[in-house]
Amino acid sequence: MDIHEYQSKEILSEYGVPIAAGGLAYSPEQAAYRATEIGGNLWVVKAQIHSGARGKAGGIKVCKSEDEVAKAAEELLGKKLVTHQTGPQGKVCHRLYIEAGCNIEREIYMAFVLDRSKESVTVVVSAEGGMEIEQLAVEKPDSIIKVAVEAAVGMQPFQAREIVFALGLDKTQVNQAVTTILGCYRAMRDLDANMVEINPLVVTKEGNLLAVDAKMGFDENALFRHSNISELRDKSQEDIREMNAADRGLSYVGLDGNIGCIINGAGLAMATMDMIMHAGGEPANFLDIGGGASPERVSKAFNLVLSDDNVKCILINIFAGINRCDWVAEGIIQAVEKIDLKIPVVVRLSGTNVEQGRKMLENSGLPLIMAETLKEGADKAVAAWKETGR
Amino acid sequence: MAIHLKETTKVLVQGFTGQIGSFHSADMIKYGTNIVGGVTPGKGGMKHLDRPVFNTMKEAVAATGAEASIIFVPPPFAADSIMEAADAGIKFCVAITDGIPSQDMIRVKRYMRRYKAEEKMVLTGPNCAGTISPGKSMMGIMPGHIYVPGNVGVIGRSGTLGYEAASQMKEAGIGISTSIGIGGDPINGSSFKDHLEIFEKDIETKAVVIIGEIGGPQEVEAATWAKENMSKPVIGYIAGLTAPKGRRMGHAGAIISAVGESAAEKVEILQECGVNVVPNPSSFAPVVKDALDKAS
Repeated sequence: MDIHEYQSKEILSEYGVPIAAGGLAYSPEQAAYRATEIGGNLWVVKAQIHSGARGKAGGIKVCKSEDEVAKAAEELLGKKLVTHQTGPQGKVCHRLYIEAGCNIEREIYMAFVLDRSKESVTVVVSAEGGMEIEQLAVEKPDSIIKVAVEAAVGMQPFQAREIVFALGLDKTQVNQAVTTILGCYRAMRDLDANMVEINPLVVTKEGNLLAVDAKMGFDENALFRHSNISELRDKSQEDIREMNAADRGLSYVGLDGNIGCIINGAGLAMATMDMIMHAGGEPANFLDIGGGASPERVSKAFNLVLSDDNVKCILINIFAGINRCDWVAEGIIQAVEKIDLKIPVVVRLSGTNVEQGRKMLENSGLPLIMAETLKEGADKAVAAWKETGR
Repeated sequence: MAIHLKETTKVLVQGFTGQIGSFHSADMIKYGTNIVGGVTPGKGGMKHLDRPVFNTMKEAVAATGAEASIIFVPPPFAADSIMEAADAGIKFCVAITDGIPSQDMIRVKRYMRRYKAEEKMVLTGPNCAGTISPGKSMMGIMPGHIYVPGNVGVIGRSGTLGYEAASQMKEAGIGISTSIGIGGDPINGSSFKDHLEIFEKDIETKAVVIIGEIGGPQEVEAATWAKENMSKPVIGYIAGLTAPKGRRMGHAGAIISAVGESAAEKVEILQECGVNVVPNPSSFAPVVKDALDKAS
C-alpha cells in the first residue's frame, strides 16, 4: 500500500528525519493561508498523488508570493497528472502539500528496500540525488552504495556512518545524517514498510539536511497489526476496478488487450495470458479468483471483467483440484445465467471430475465455447475475438 | 527414492483442528500420508481425526518421533509456528499459509541460521501448495491424483500452474519423483537452487523441471548454479511474459521491480545456462520428454 508524500514525511519526522515546514491544503484559499503560516518568501506547491516523477508532469510548482501559491493550487487541484508510473490514465490530484522552499547545495538519493537475494532490508544511497534509481543504475552504477542490515540486531550506527562518510558529507552534518538514516530504518522496521525512499535528501546552502521528497510503501500482509497505517489509504489514488476486486478477495490487474481472463491461481493466470499472446491475442486483464473458484467468486469475476469496455471475449481457465470441476461448472452456469452475455465465452476446465464438469456446461444450453487444453482455450478465445471484428 | 518425503515420513499438522487444517489433513490421510498427530495450543490431550493433539511442537515430536510438519496456521501467527517447528527438531516443513508479512519471514530466515547445516530444517513455502512424492506421501493441498510416480523432479512457485504441468506430464506418461512448491512470496524458506542440489543427488530423479515466474532472483540463481553443477537436464518455464513492470501479479513475490526480473530476461539467462526452456505453458510434456530422451 502506498501513501502520500506528506503522510510519509509526517511519519518519518517522528523518527528524526528532518523535513521543511509544510501543511496540507484542499483549496487555493487554504494553500495561500498555509503559505502565510509557514512564512518566508519561497514555497513549493506539491500535488499529492501516488506516483514519482511528479515534477516532470507539472505537479510541483515553485512560488514566490502567496498569490502565486493560490494560483498554482487552483491549477493543480482536480488536475489529472500523467507520469510514467501512473500509466496513460493518470491520477487526479485532490490534495496539495505546501512546503517552505530551500536553497539546494547538493542532492542525495536514499532508499530502504527489501532485498530479496540478501533476504534483508538494504539501504541504497547515491551521491547523485534527484535522478530515479533505474536511471542511476544505468548511467552512474558506480555511485550506488548498498548496505545490508542484519535482521537480528537492526541497523547499527557504524553502518550509517560508513554511508555518511562515503557520501563525503561535511563533518557538521554527520550526526544529522546518521539520525536520518537510522530513523528511516526504524520506521521501516516498526511499521512493516517495504520501501522508504528519500529522493532527494538535500544539503541546503546553510548546511542543513532536509528530506525534500519522501515516499513509503507498506506490506499489505502486515496491515493487520498497523491500523494507523491502514487509515492512510487514499482510495482516490487506486484503480477503481482493482480496488473493487481487492475488496472482494480477487486479485485483478487491468491491461490493454481485448480478451478478458478469469483464472484460478496467480501462476496459471500469468501462464494463460502468455498463451493468449502466443496465440496472437492480447489479454485485457490479470485475474486470479483464488484456488477455490466458488460460484460467487466466478460471478463476481464476470462482473469485474465485463466492466472493462475493451473486453470482446472472455477466457475462463480453471484447474479444479480439491474443488471438483462439476462444482466449478455449476458456478459458471449460475453466473452466466444471471448476466446478459453479449460476448463469446471460452471455457477450459481441467482437473478432478473434468468429464462431468464439461458435460454439465455442454448440456446447460448456454452459448459457451468449450476447450480441452490450455492451447485450445487460447486459440479459440483469439479466434472468437477476431470474429467479433475487433 | 524420492526427496524430502517418503511413505514412512511421520508428519505433524500445525493448526490441526482448524477448518482448513482438518479438511486437508483428512485428504492427506486418504492419500496415504503418515500423519501422526497435530498441534493446536490449548487443545492438547484431545483426539482429532483419530490422532493425538498436542499443545506444543516439542511435546508432539517427543511423543510421536515426527520429522516433518505442515503449517495451516493463520498469517499473524505462522512465522512463530515455523520457528517452533525448527526448534522442535523438525527436518522438513511445508508452510501453506498465504499472507505472512515479509519482515516476519526475514526474521524466520535469520532465526534459522542458529542451526548447524546438518540440523537445519528445510522450509518450503510459505504461500505454496506443498510437496508430494506421488504414490508415497503428500504434504499439501494439491489434488494427489494428477501426479503419477516417475523420475522427474518438479520445483515451482505456483500451485495451479504446477497442477497444469503435472497433468500435461501425466497425459504424456511422464511421472514425477517429487514435486515441491516453494511458494509465491518474496522471501521464501528455500529456493529453486536448494532443491536442485538435492535432486542432483537423488538416484531416482533423471531430470528436473523448474516452474518460475516474474520477480526475484531465484530462477537465475538456480540456472547459473545448474550450469556448473548439474549433470541432469533442467527444464524451465517462466510465467508472466505479458506482465507489466511494477505491478503485483497475484503472488506477493510476482512483481518486476529490478533489472533481470522480467520473464523475457529470465528466459534469456536460462537459455544461456543450458536450461531446456518450455516456450509456452502448453508444451511442458514435449520439452521434458525430449530432455529425458537426450539424456538417456
